[in-house]
Amino acid sequence: MKSKNKIITPLEKELLKVAEAKVLSLEKKSGSDFEELHKALKVFKEKGLPDKNLEKWRNTDLFEWYQKPFSPVAEKEKFTKEVDDIFQCTVQGFDSNVVSILNGHYYSPERTTLQSFKNGLIIGSLAKAKTQYPQYFKKYYNKIAPVDTNEITAVNTLFAEDGVFIYVPDGVEVELPVQLIKLVNKRGLMLNTHNLIVLGKNSSFTFLHCDDSINHDDSFINTLTEVHLGENASLDLYKLQNINDETVLLNSSFFSMERNSRLKVNVLTFNGGSIRNELHVNLNGEGAEADLSGLYLMDKKQHIDNQVYVNHNAPHCNSNEVFKGILDEEASAVFNGYIFVERDAQKTNAFQRNNNILMTSTAKVNTMPFLEIYADDVQCSHGATVGQLDNEAMFYLMQRGIPFEDARMLLMFAFAAEITDDIKIETLKTNIDDMVKKRLRGELSICDRCVLHCTTPDKPIEFEIDLSKI
Amino acid sequence: MLLNIKNLHVAINGKEILKGFNLQVNKGEIHAIMGPNGTGKSTLAAAITGREGYEITEGEIIYKGQVINDWTPDKRANEGVFLSFQYPVEIPGVSMTNFMRTALNAKRQYQGLPQMKAGEFLKLMEQKKKLVEITAKLTNRSVNEGFSGGEKKKNEIFQMAMLEPTLAILDETDSGLDIDALKVVAKGVNELKSDENAFVVITHYQRLLDYIVPDFVHVMYGGRIVKSGGKGLALELEEQGYEWVKEQFGEE
Ligand SMILES: Nc1ncnc2c1ncn2[C@@H]1O[C@H](COP(=O)(O)OP(=O)(O)OP(=O)(O)O)[C@@H](O)[C@H]1O
Ligand SMILES: [Mg+2]
Repeated sequence: MKSKNKIITPLEKELLKVAEAKVLSLEKKSGSDFEELHKALKVFKEKGLPDKNLEKWRNTDLFEWYQKPFSPVAEKEKFTKEVDDIFQCTVQGFDSNVVSILNGHYYSPERTTLQSFKNGLIIGSLAKAKTQYPQYFKKYYNKIAPVDTNEITAVNTLFAEDGVFIYVPDGVEVELPVQLIKLVNKRGLMLNTHNLIVLGKNSSFTFLHCDDSINHDDSFINTLTEVHLGENASLDLYKLQNINDETVLLNSSFFSMERNSRLKVNVLTFNGGSIRNELHVNLNGEGAEADLSGLYLMDKKQHIDNQVYVNHNAPHCNSNEVFKGILDEEASAVFNGYIFVERDAQKTNAFQRNNNILMTSTAKVNTMPFLEIYADDVQCSHGATVGQLDNEAMFYLMQRGIPFEDARMLLMFAFAAEITDDIKIETLKTNIDDMVKKRLRGELSICDRCVLHCTTPDKPIEFEIDLSKI
Repeated sequence: MLLNIKNLHVAINGKEILKGFNLQVNKGEIHAIMGPNGTGKSTLAAAITGREGYEITEGEIIYKGQVINDWTPDKRANEGVFLSFQYPVEIPGVSMTNFMRTALNAKRQYQGLPQMKAGEFLKLMEQKKKLVEITAKLTNRSVNEGFSGGEKKKNEIFQMAMLEPTLAILDETDSGLDIDALKVVAKGVNELKSDENAFVVITHYQRLLDYIVPDFVHVMYGGRIVKSGGKGLALELEEQGYEWVKEQFGEE
């Protein structure tokens, strides 16, 4: 560990200044929150923001972004207009319970800041839930992702004031998906939000986590999500990322999974200046199962980094990872898949695959598996490919009369479809397929409406891809 | 004349494969091209269909009166040139239905016709499937993926029937087919055959020519045609092999 002062960049200096003032002002109060804050400050002073000298950040260099002193404090906006007025995001036919976060704060009318439903389901602001339901916080908050886990968890702890809290009681199967829309409408902000999702035994839940931009203002987003899946619980988590090129998005999710629980994560990255997704999955109970997939479609000078950590801590667990990406122009991607199998985790099945298509000679991919296996009865595989579109297939399609661009589209879409076909909500799948098509045709950009709006009656997507439903 | 190939020289990676190839095909004709392995038959098919990497260094391919040397593969296809591939490609993730509909509509767009309606399209699919006796549901199957060798070849003929080409080149469509499948392929060809179109059938076996009867048989050797004749020539080749060709024209 380096001992020299790590606080050097303008952003780090700004963060340190604000953090120290915050700790000072809280000195009079005490409590566990304060302890955590202190711990976080210590880590931050020691380590600063992650840089490429760290093994895990070798291929994602945010140094340039650290030159801007993004402000980690944002005023909480009064609820004056519906989210729909800022940003429209009602997917056609996609029924969901929409919650939103604006500039890092839960954004809703006062009466719905924290809702509890008849069946015991709680959805609302993390800040408010913290005081109202301290029992869950004591048990899970900062426990699934300890403050000092890494540089970004520490920074998140220093500044996060709000986020989404969801509690699904034992035995409750929530039918209506919850859709989180996270928005920024001020420039120069660093947004740290912290979400906590707790699923009781035998419960099930679907969560759609959207990061969008509504304009071209720059921002630095650092989101931390802690998820607990009780015994036999089931979570479907979709992450949709369509942010502007001026934004950095760090998205870390930590999962603790008990016996026979089931997790499905689908990360769909359409646009963004620099995005890093970290998934930390802890299979702690026997028979737990994690299915992790991702699709990234990047161009220009965009950068995407998917870091997937799967820890098999118990026997008889399954994990499966499939990440695929298409990179155009000078885009770059990183995929690091860590599979860790504990000594007692016998009968583990752990699979991992990463496939990439490079459309240009200037696009780059860095893909690497990291396997650490201490049990002997384990089935484990990993594979990665980096290639171009299949020339033989291109000629075959064109020989049948399909023009070059359409043939390319068909092949790229087919490549992506392996991931999107996995989306279980039909209307969501249709919308996302449309987004993929638009993205591949270079027509999808961040716009002042939700990307999920792509299918509109006045603008049908003409490129028919799937007729299997007629 | 539908197709007129004049003194065609084609090189792959700088290596000359076709060396002064000539062929004239009129509408309503069936031509068979036979010849030993590696003599350039598939290269010819690739050159006619405009495959990248097959460089025409000399000569002309004239189709419907126009020199098409520089045309893109899709333009040639939409003008009615079809190739039944010797080795059909598997395309995972692209469904047969979607593929065919995209192809058909590409052609219609090229011809300035409106897109085909979904219902109409599906009816056409069913009809053509019957013609080549494909019973499997194609809707959810990716192009050629998991198809047996014979199924792939039948699938080529199915596509041909869908697209109704003016000039169809069949590159060893018969190899790997059992006798029933062979008859099905021949039936597909014979039903499509008219005074308005032509076929170039590349094969190693006389057997296919019992079902698809050629007007002309050409022997290809060393990148060009060394002998042409009627359908009797195929029988002769079947009996005598290519030794005599090699003797007369030297090793390649
Ligand atoms: N991509 C390539 N690069 C280099 N040489 C090639 C390539 N493709 C074909 N050839 C060569 O060109 C020659 C002709 O090949 P072609 O496939 O046209 O033969 P063919 O007559 O169709 O043979 P077969 O009866 O075995 O199908 C062969 O010597 C082959 O090795
Ligand atoms: Mg051949």
